[in-house]
Amino acid sequence: MIAVAARTAAEIAQRGRPCSLRVRTLIEGSIKYLLWSLTFLSVATTAVIIAVLASETYGFFTTTDHPEISLWTFFCGTEWSPLLGAEPMFGVLPLVAGTLLVTTIAGVVALPIGLMTAIYLSEYATARRRTLLKAVLEILAGVPTVVYGFFALTFITPYLLQPFSSAFGTYNAMSAGIAVGIMILPIVCSLSEDALRAVPQSLRDGAYALGSTKFDVSAKVVVPAALSGIVAAFLLALTRAIGETMIVALAAGGLAQLTANPTAQVQTMTAYMVQIFLGDAPAAGIEYKSSYAVAFTLFLITFFLTWIGAIVLRRYREEYE
Amino acid sequence: MTHSSALVTPMDPATTTPSTPASTQDARAAATAPQSAISMRGLNAWYGTNQVLHALDLEIAARQVCAFIGPSGCGKSTLLRWINRMNDTIPGARADGTLSLHGIDLLDRALDVVDLRRRVGMVFQKPNPFPKSIFDNVAFGPRLHRVYTRTDLEELVEQSLRASALWNEVKDRLDSSALGLSGGQQQRLCIARAVAIGPEMLLMDEPCSALDPRSTASIEELIRELRASYTIVIVTHNMQQASRVSDSTAFFYEGRLIESGATDILFTNPKNRQTEDYVTGRFG
Amino acid sequence: MMGGKTIATTRRLMSNRLFLYGCLTATSIAMLVLGVLMISIALEGWSSVSWRFLDSFASRKAAQAGIKAPLVGSLWVCAICALVALPMGIGTAIYLEEFAKRSRLKHLIQLNISNLSGVPSIVYGILALAAFVRFFGVSTGDAPWSIGDPESLFFVQFPFGPSVLAGGLTLALVVLPIMIIASQEAFRAVPQSLRQGALALGSTPWQVIWRVSFPAALPTIMTGAILAMSRAIGEAAPLLVIGGFLLVFQTPTNLMSDFTVLPLQIFNWAGRPQADFHKLAAAAIIVQLVVLLFFNSIAIIIRQKLQRPLQS
Repeated sequence: MIAVAARTAAEIAQRGRPCSLRVRTLIEGSIKYLLWSLTFLSVATTAVIIAVLASETYGFFTTTDHPEISLWTFFCGTEWSPLLGAEPMFGVLPLVAGTLLVTTIAGVVALPIGLMTAIYLSEYATARRRTLLKAVLEILAGVPTVVYGFFALTFITPYLLQPFSSAFGTYNAMSAGIAVGIMILPIVCSLSEDALRAVPQSLRDGAYALGSTKFDVSAKVVVPAALSGIVAAFLLALTRAIGETMIVALAAGGLAQLTANPTAQVQTMTAYMVQIFLGDAPAAGIEYKSSYAVAFTLFLITFFLTWIGAIVLRRYREEYE
Repeated sequence: MTHSSALVTPMDPATTTPSTPASTQDARAAATAPQSAISMRGLNAWYGTNQVLHALDLEIAARQVCAFIGPSGCGKSTLLRWINRMNDTIPGARADGTLSLHGIDLLDRALDVVDLRRRVGMVFQKPNPFPKSIFDNVAFGPRLHRVYTRTDLEELVEQSLRASALWNEVKDRLDSSALGLSGGQQQRLCIARAVAIGPEMLLMDEPCSALDPRSTASIEELIRELRASYTIVIVTHNMQQASRVSDSTAFFYEGRLIESGATDILFTNPKNRQTEDYVTGRFG
Repeated sequence: MMGGKTIATTRRLMSNRLFLYGCLTATSIAMLVLGVLMISIALEGWSSVSWRFLDSFASRKAAQAGIKAPLVGSLWVCAICALVALPMGIGTAIYLEEFAKRSRLKHLIQLNISNLSGVPSIVYGILALAAFVRFFGVSTGDAPWSIGDPESLFFVQFPFGPSVLAGGLTLALVVLPIMIIASQEAFRAVPQSLRQGALALGSTPWQVIWRVSFPAALPTIMTGAILAMSRAIGEAAPLLVIGGFLLVFQTPTNLMSDFTVLPLQIFNWAGRPQADFHKLAAAAIIVQLVVLLFFNSIAIIIRQKLQRPLQS
């Protein structure tokens, strides 16, 4: 050991760096394990998230103050009123419905526009226009979501929706949905464009050689060939929409109700969590614990969707690589 | 770690402060005069379950140019990559039999491959200069192995660039990017880069296949000059190239060594029918 | 046949044209939205942006309120986030791309990281609340353990509480998956031939990474890092969960200080009914967007100046 240390010291003195195999192996090995532990830490995050959410959720379901709370009443209950009255109700469906309504509106806004823009970018646009459009999309992608929330509240509702119909209140699902749609538009667009551009040029050339128009090539050859990539892009964008918090907290309102009416105010899962953590509820109370159950539900939904998206994406990558 | 000490060569940069790569070679030449540098006996190699080399027996003489020829997929590049153990980077690559460099077992799992690659330089099919300056490209190898003073390093870079016949073309722009050089210049830079760490052997894997005829001619010229100082193994598809630059030639077909010997004999008077068909261009 | 167009051909050319118009409309909507967004916010907020606005703390009176605390708070939080997320993200990417062998485990880790990037940021807030703010409920008696003088720069207490350090770590959790994925792509884009060339010169695996792969990947990593940081500086939800303060009357003095950030301040003002506070929110958004634009232009400069082709 001492001999090795002495020799290494001599090598460092002479050459400026150690050269014996043993010392090199030691150094390389320690770097590798350092990096491995960073990787481990990053991955352990998931485990800790699940552990925290699961233990608090368990506490929620086994609480003795409210014996009526069960998995059944939580997942199938149609009334959510944790802060109201003497008898709070914990049925998560209104929150899920609110999330679903906002996400659906966002999807209706963003998916067609995003896909069409992606087709334009990948198949039609000149290089200069492409650069310009990409820059616009990048800026849209970088805008903080709280800004879109503000936009929904102070522009979309009063200037776009209320002139159109007096049914729209200050807070409504529609304006939140449109704003979320604008937020996910760049995601849909850039991921779909990646998928479209991954389609080999030879496929396009083949179709043109058969006398196809640009529409034929785009709609009947390129889009079908990139379909799994586009589906993955849609899934990832919808996941973002489901998890979006600040827009709905500002613009969708705070009343949990089971409705499909876009003019009504709704509360989403994330908006409920904001309401609780902003301090309307005592930290040890049942309302507080209920937010963990909601968070766990949200986590499971998004985790599942991202997982499917990743699988679809992997499949399409393998097709052309 | 017996091998690591065995691999400390007389031209170890620690003991001979920057001298010409060529002159260190001359100093060593006296000790290891005409003998075989590489010898293999019953060498088999696999990628996964696919056997790519079958029972090869071959001697490669020191300080000569040996050409490996044969059709694509005949295993010549695989063999080359076993000599400096670049196959270690490919999962599932394994070999048995004997393969040795001056008596050192190259198939030993415990072999210090980093040290081996200092002794056996390699030039790839496509020029692969680093996205750095010309100077930093040549200085890359030496800097890996010890710390140099700036003057020593400048001297070493100049000698290496001279040895690869590139000095006059680049001496005024050593600090500009290596990616600005032409393909042939880039390949000579890669040779300079390999020469700078003072190897005793150079492996060249189709070094001219990505180059135009003029650049090819300059690389071939260079190989003939380098022969004086290095053992060179060159893999090539080009029959004329093999006959122009090599002293001995080995012909491979489907992972087997079909024939080997002095280049002029193998090309003019091959013993084997397959060799004759290949060198005369009837197949391959 | 060659001269006139058949009806079928005419219809195909029609649909071709319609499709192009459809695409153009979609694209113009994206442009239009950005334009309207910028103009409406500029009109609403421009009159409130002033030096006094930048240099004042929060106030109940709209005319006296400013964004000094959130602006400085955002910078603190973002700096802490960068110090944690960049080394961890790049380190993880190096391990996964340069060391880890193709295996089932690596595949799982990869899937896990892409899943983490889809987890809503508010869920990270819950994790951070448990882990950093409360240390999983470890009891420390009446008061938290602390090291150093509460006034000094090096004051630290355990658990961290809703401090600027906890805020930075929270955002680091949010952007870590983004950072890992961006760095991995950067390393994947480095041509294998460069690694082979370095190995053949007798580099050790770490020398290959440190002297070849990492420098070659750096411009792309930097671009990814700046995008990750602009995500971090715009996040509000997770900080809201860990208890980022809505009214703060001082700038942070050490890692344990109370803090707020620009997006939280915007949320606070935007959520109030009075139009005066909406003007303040719009003004704060302008400041926020200027900061973001600054970040983005750095990213673009890096991409254009540093990103040389890796191979000619």
